[in-house]
Amino acid sequence: MTNNFVFETDLAAKTIHIIREFNAPVEKVWKAWTEPALLEKWVVLKHWTAETRMMDFTVGGVWLYAMISPEGQKHWVYAQFTAIENGSAISTTGMFCDTDGNPVPDGPKSYRDTVFSSIDGNRTKIDMVITFEEESTLRKFVEGGFKEGIAMTLDLLDELLARENQDLNG
Amino acid sequence: MRRDVFQAIADPTRRAILGLVVVGAMTPNAIAAHFESKRQTISKHIQILTECEVLVQKKTGREIYYHFNPEKIKEIDIWLERLRKMWENQFDQLDNLLNDL
Repeated sequence: MTNNFVFETDLAAKTIHIIREFNAPVEKVWKAWTEPALLEKWVVLKHWTAETRMMDFTVGGVWLYAMISPEGQKHWVYAQFTAIENGSAISTTGMFCDTDGNPVPDGPKSYRDTVFSSIDGNRTKIDMVITFEEESTLRKFVEGGFKEGIAMTLDLLDELLARENQDLNG
Repeated sequence: MRRDVFQAIADPTRRAILGLVVVGAMTPNAIAAHFESKRQTISKHIQILTECEVLVQKKTGREIYYHFNPEKIKEIDIWLERLRKMWENQFDQLDNLLNDL
């Protein structure tokens, strides 16, 4: 089934535009996008785990979580909610963190606007624009310890998904 | 200070210089003639682009020409491709999760 994945970058405008469709109603996608226990399941890379330290899903609130490498090294991810339209839109500001998970206020920021819309009542379209303060942020964003994850092969991904299925069903 | 390809494109003037040199190698004077900025400003940008290895200096006769190095710019494509792959993988995982919700 087509999911109409779009990934467009505009380096001059410092934006990444991502579109993706999901075969689930918008309520479910919203839930998977806003509840930490569910988020932790899909934002992680192969052999990595995610651990939420703080989740306050309100405007001004923060989702702070650690991506934990197979070696146990933590990479903190900090996102502050700047706008929430229940069931339809989320805006966040992302900041880099020090090794203890404290955001670096003077560090480069990224901004993300995500819009959720329903297709025929049983599918959902996500339209997301990520804006970087500077291009080098993009590099950090990609580099931030994810090299191993990026190297993941598709069969290993399948393995991971199969295991996740078992976890969810068991 | 270590330079990388992202610094090369982080500035609109540098992007404009690259746009010129992509078409054909140029001397610093020829490059500067396209801009209203001071000669030193353009020289500084050329220097950064050279440090980022996006431009390569070659001497032809008595003139120095700046050539575009496409290999270096490809790094950006590689990074973006990795980022795209990351998102793709995450979304595939989300598909799977949604199936079970």
